[in-house]
Amino acid sequence: MKEYIDTGKKDTRSGFGAGLTELGKSHPDVVALCADLTGSLKMDEFKANHPERFFQVGIAEANMIGLAAGLTIGGKIPFTGTFANFSTGRVYDQIRQSVAYSHKNVKICASHAGLTLGEDGATHQILEDIGLMKMLPGMTVINPCDYNQTKAATIAIADHQGPVYLRFGRPSVPNFTPSDEPFVIGKAITLTSGEDVTIVATGHLVWEALEAAKTLSAQGISAEVINMHTIKPLDSECLLKSVTKTGCVVTAEEHNYLGGLGESVARELSQNHPAPQEFVATEDTFGESGTPAQLMEKYGLNAAAIVAKALKVISRK
Amino acid sequence: MPNINALEDLVIQVRRDILRQVHKVNSGHPGGSLGCAEFFVALFQQVMQRNDGFDMNGHGEDLFFLSNGHISPVFYSVLARSGYFPIEELSTFRLLNSRLQGHPTTHEGLPGVRVASGSLGQGISVATGAALVKKLNQDPHLVYTLCGDGELQEGQNWEAIMYAASNQVDNLIVTVDYNGQQIDGSLDDVLSLGNLRAKFEAFGWLVIEIQDGNDLNSVISGLKSAKEHTGKGKPICVLMHTVMGNGVDFMMHTHAWHGKAPNDDQLTLALAQNPETLGDY
Repeated sequence: MKEYIDTGKKDTRSGFGAGLTELGKSHPDVVALCADLTGSLKMDEFKANHPERFFQVGIAEANMIGLAAGLTIGGKIPFTGTFANFSTGRVYDQIRQSVAYSHKNVKICASHAGLTLGEDGATHQILEDIGLMKMLPGMTVINPCDYNQTKAATIAIADHQGPVYLRFGRPSVPNFTPSDEPFVIGKAITLTSGEDVTIVATGHLVWEALEAAKTLSAQGISAEVINMHTIKPLDSECLLKSVTKTGCVVTAEEHNYLGGLGESVARELSQNHPAPQEFVATEDTFGESGTPAQLMEKYGLNAAAIVAKALKVISRK
Repeated sequence: MPNINALEDLVIQVRRDILRQVHKVNSGHPGGSLGCAEFFVALFQQVMQRNDGFDMNGHGEDLFFLSNGHISPVFYSVLARSGYFPIEELSTFRLLNSRLQGHPTTHEGLPGVRVASGSLGQGISVATGAALVKKLNQDPHLVYTLCGDGELQEGQNWEAIMYAASNQVDNLIVTVDYNGQQIDGSLDDVLSLGNLRAKFEAFGWLVIEIQDGNDLNSVISGLKSAKEHTGKGKPICVLMHTVMGNGVDFMMHTHAWHGKAPNDDQLTLALAQNPETLGDY
């Protein structure tokens, strides 16, 4: 099985910040907006380099989305930054009407997604954002897995015409994807080749899926791990090719099973290649305070949970 | 530049367009549309600097955003009669497969529309963003938006109003259609705006009032005065006092025609008060 090396833990939000810094140099039309979370979103460097292209909007997310929509008229490429909760649920109607329905080229960049926000608790731990965003016609939804991939995705979405939801997080997690790997929107990456089960993971769960594959391998089970960094549009070709071979799938995400990656995979399989599926996701619940590791353990979002679901889904074949 | 008589004729024709659009599909919002006929004619025919044709980015021209999208009949009529799309297309208002959706949208590619509106309270934010681009691009042109008075009950407006003043967005002119009516009744009965002028001034805006927003000359001079005050560090608010349903006696001074179309007899009566000038579509 192909091995992946953790080159040192880093937070995905810093990948976003680094990508934005590069865009500042390479893309003069990129502008950034932030709702009083510049440090948390790692937007300080862009702000320092390009003060005239940075808009501090205060704690006023609805206005931020409207401003961003307006900034596209005249050719700018706005990147908005705040926590995932305030990037989606709080401003859903603004995104729906002023951005998605109006076809505005706004990049909604959301940090602190999911349970791994940690101690702040459920008010800030959105587990519904992928669902909210993927339901909007024309919206691209991306959840990269580590620092390098988040940086690459940030750079890639600037050249994509249309609204994008880019989801990342707060904790330091293994950084293992190649730093020079180009990010192709909608093109999943098969990380390990396997015969017995497909594990389709997104975001922080991709590393956990690789860890799970190692454990399964020790038990003589070969798992094919797919990094489904783009949830919409879903790479159905990659998914179907793998599941046709393995005959079953586990989906893994830091999100409610309702509305998430798992549902998108289930729809694709039910229409084109029905196969047993198990979900590693939160079970229609809010989160709570705790450390990221404690929360991922309690809510069943780690390598051990993926292994258990893999064994279960294989038994259902 | 058309003379004032020609513009008065256009206002009457726009009223006919509004009435005929909503009557045909028995839906839509004639009240607020009629109240803003003079404003749209003044803005598009006398005040804004517009390029020929339509380019979404609007480089080198003034821009307009309609925030209270439900008054689409007046917007569509004036867009068509200002050359953005064929006047005959007004006959497709709210019909299946039409570019003239119930509320304006960019989705169907209708020239003249730069953002969807209808869900209220979003226009000032979008217009402010577009005004920021003008500054970034060193384009000296202005950004105009119209919002309803009832619409100001939406909180997002006040986020935008705070932002625009705080950041000296002084190439932005927000006009408020101050007719005092909303769907459930008068503003004062539903949710009073209190002293609206004082509110805008307290937020740091320069406020200009047009006492008779249904007098074409007053609207033109009010908007021109607003224009003269741009570029001085403050966004401009024009409080434009209008009468909902203006130009049709039985529709005036009431909220009853906010979102109701006239029946056949009522249409005949209403059109008789506004005889054809430039020709119906």
